[in-house]
Amino acid sequence: MGIEGIGARVARKEDKRFVTGLGRYVDDMVVPGMKYAVFVRSPHAHAAIRSIDTSAAKTMPGVIGVLTGPELKSDGIGNLICGWMIHSKDGSPMKMGAWSPLATDKVRYVGDAVAIVVAESRSLARDAAEAVAVEYDELPAVTDAVKALEAGAPQIHPEAANNLIYDWELGDAAATDQAIAGAAHVTRMRIVNNRLIPNAIEPRAALGHYNPAEDHFTLWTTSQNPHVARLVMSAFYNVAPENKLRVIAPDVGGGFGSKIYIYPEEVVCLWASKRTGVPVKWVADRTESFLCDAHGRDHVTEVAMAFDTDNRVVGLKVDTIANFGAYMSLFSSCVPTYLYATLLSGQYAFPHIHCNVRAVYTNTAPVDAYRGAGRPEATYVLERVMETAARELGMSPAELRRRNFIREFPHQTPVIMNYDGGDYEASLNAAMQAADYAGFPARREEAKRRGKLRGIGMSCYIEACGLAPSQAVGSLGAGVGLWESAEVRVNAAGTIEVLTGSHSHGQGHETTFAQVVADRLGLPLDQVSIVHGDTDKVQMGMGTYGSRSGAVGISAIVKALDKVETKAKKIAAHLLEADEGDIVIENGEVKVAGTDRSLPWFQVALAAYTAHNLPAGMEPGLKETAFYDPTNFTFPAGCYICEVEIDPETGVTEIVQFVAADDFGTIINPLIVEGQVHGGITQGVGQALLEGCVYDPTSGQLVTASYMDYTMPRAADVPSFKVSTTSTPSPSNPLGIKGCGEAGAIGSPPAVINAITDAIGNNDLTMPATPQRVWAALRKAQ
Amino acid sequence: MADISMVINGREVRGSVEDRTLLVHFLREHQGLTGTHVGCDTSQCGACVVHVDGKAVKSCTMLAAQASGSEVTTIEGLAKDGHLHPVQAAFKEHHGLQCGFCTPGMIMAAVDMIRRYPGGLDEKTVRAELEGNICRCTGYHNIVKAVLAASEAMSKPAVAA
Repeated sequence: MGIEGIGARVARKEDKRFVTGLGRYVDDMVVPGMKYAVFVRSPHAHAAIRSIDTSAAKTMPGVIGVLTGPELKSDGIGNLICGWMIHSKDGSPMKMGAWSPLATDKVRYVGDAVAIVVAESRSLARDAAEAVAVEYDELPAVTDAVKALEAGAPQIHPEAANNLIYDWELGDAAATDQAIAGAAHVTRMRIVNNRLIPNAIEPRAALGHYNPAEDHFTLWTTSQNPHVARLVMSAFYNVAPENKLRVIAPDVGGGFGSKIYIYPEEVVCLWASKRTGVPVKWVADRTESFLCDAHGRDHVTEVAMAFDTDNRVVGLKVDTIANFGAYMSLFSSCVPTYLYATLLSGQYAFPHIHCNVRAVYTNTAPVDAYRGAGRPEATYVLERVMETAARELGMSPAELRRRNFIREFPHQTPVIMNYDGGDYEASLNAAMQAADYAGFPARREEAKRRGKLRGIGMSCYIEACGLAPSQAVGSLGAGVGLWESAEVRVNAAGTIEVLTGSHSHGQGHETTFAQVVADRLGLPLDQVSIVHGDTDKVQMGMGTYGSRSGAVGISAIVKALDKVETKAKKIAAHLLEADEGDIVIENGEVKVAGTDRSLPWFQVALAAYTAHNLPAGMEPGLKETAFYDPTNFTFPAGCYICEVEIDPETGVTEIVQFVAADDFGTIINPLIVEGQVHGGITQGVGQALLEGCVYDPTSGQLVTASYMDYTMPRAADVPSFKVSTTSTPSPSNPLGIKGCGEAGAIGSPPAVINAITDAIGNNDLTMPATPQRVWAALRKAQ
Repeated sequence: MADISMVINGREVRGSVEDRTLLVHFLREHQGLTGTHVGCDTSQCGACVVHVDGKAVKSCTMLAAQASGSEVTTIEGLAKDGHLHPVQAAFKEHHGLQCGFCTPGMIMAAVDMIRRYPGGLDEKTVRAELEGNICRCTGYHNIVKAVLAASEAMSKPAVAA
């Protein structure tokens, strides 16, 4: 590695614009003639629309247009879809209800969009939105997925009887039941994974601009995957053909999954721009973000883990009900299936697993992937039950895990995944050492003398990243391929632009991707620029989610660099009159190995463009494109240990120590990787201690719709973290990268809850573990 | 409508705004200073923090008319002569930002915090003082590190050029 190459702790190139206020987010964009949009939203969780009267609003000051669902329909704009087909165990396809970008006949959750008002300013649009009169016939609502399945529950979509979207299974039910029936010990639990609201600090925004002269649309949007947005809006929503629609995702202020999906607002702003003849900008206020961004998690699970007399797991049975909200969001269907049940083997050699999942409509915001997406839910089930089993069996939680670890690779699990490598013992040992696990009893005693209850808990997670081999996910129902593209453009004087289909919204691609190029060619980092987030610049890409940008996005760059290097060597061999096989590229020079004959990199680049003296038949230019399709998922894994102190009088939990030992394979930039882990852990701690989305069960109103009501983790809620890495490079991609973006959020919730339940001596505790819940659980245990 | 005037980043500006115009909207939409961000509507997130007469203020909580006659510094006015302010430099060096959206408010709050603790800061104080600024990306670890490093750097006497 050079000082700026792979493995170097380089400060980020993109930071200067962010620390000086020169980042450019969607709300910073100004287009001549631009006007502002406000959406009229349903105040009811479930109601029939009797009438919409826009006449008063249309006469309000500054109003340019007020548009509703029937007009959208008459212009042929399509319904929003879920792009991953899941079949129920009876073979029937999932039951997808219609989702019109503007509701026409019925509203199904508080916040469902009914109309758009376009006006001269945000405040005038807001004033006019107040004047849109919608008459509703209220219907009974249901927000809880278990209740939505009960007989007599309100029926949300005519397509989905009993609100059941699918009833799906994975694994061998009979073999698992038999293993449990013959087991020496069975640990059973009911586990709730609390609903979360993503809360990227930049609210979602869209600026739609229709140019009638070209019959062309431009959309600036807060997207993690602008190309997927263009594809879906063209192919399914009938907004415009791809060559007439440019999608730009400029600086984007965090995503965490919530900016993957194509929401009603983007579609409606584009359409409204054509209808009203002005560019239309919409920016969510925070309450709209709470109401309408896709939420995460919300599972209720019954689990049974069965052991033989040697405390080896013989079977795992999981039965989950997943709340999907009022509509099926773009990738919602794959989250509690192929991103969840496939990870239920964890780090362990389980012979039998069976998982059943029922996906259910409710009168709540749509639910989709949120940092980790399915894998945190699987890890939480597995690691809570593993720790609880250790307590029931009177065995150290570390030793019980150790006894069940997978030790040989490749390992075929009973739930599809084929793990290609790992060393779970190494991360467990590293975490236990960093946490001084052996010294815990003394710390517990010391805390007791101060009147505090101290507990320790661990979690050994695995996740599947590098989404994903296209053929494999296609066979499982995905509507898209999950490869990535890259174009490496060597300019005539040798500087480089890399165009990538990945999208950075905080991950630091402008630095890490440039490090890979700088490392390969020995160029200074500032001679490499990364271009992303614009469908007019980058031809096609699949975007950033599922910790895929390193394992898939960088692999595409490496593949394109291979081609660039091959051509550059051919040119250099010709110019230096040497054999192509003897040419090496080092430190910005193209050399004949073992001699003093060399050319500076820029001279080879220049030769490619002057084309005065190229090998016979060679095309001028030095620019190569590659599409990289992964051969397997990657499998980051690690061990997290949390130590807490609880005040028994108040139930207040303080995290006094948090240790992470992760195996991410090859690391490009440790500074950035550590930052990803810190942020992920804090989101996981948020889920475990603070964050809980609450709907009123009868009215369906979102009770936690602002930062006054939904508890975000703040600086004083978390400690400084002790993070470290072990490394088994992934054998499935050229650099051995595994992915690090979600691990923190996946591994941390069970570690926190296992620590609290250890401290209070009661395994029955639900997230978020608020002081009230901890206090009550403690009283019950005493 | 209200006629207002103020000094923003050392430059005197005048404007005529609707009475209900917030300072943050005056900065962003009338002055084109889009470095100051809006992340919520309940004065919780702190993405909009600027300095008014030297003190950190959430600019979504103040009417533009209330700031009339004041001196306002935004994130765009912090670096001098092309040199990053020590707090800006520390955020970059210690990876105290990821998506960058909360960053301007964080930095403006940190500059004010360091000013209010001339005797120096410790981790606990920094964490408590950041109560009004929410970050979803960094887990605060490197923000705290950056603020402590900047506080340390700013307490050292300037080396003569």
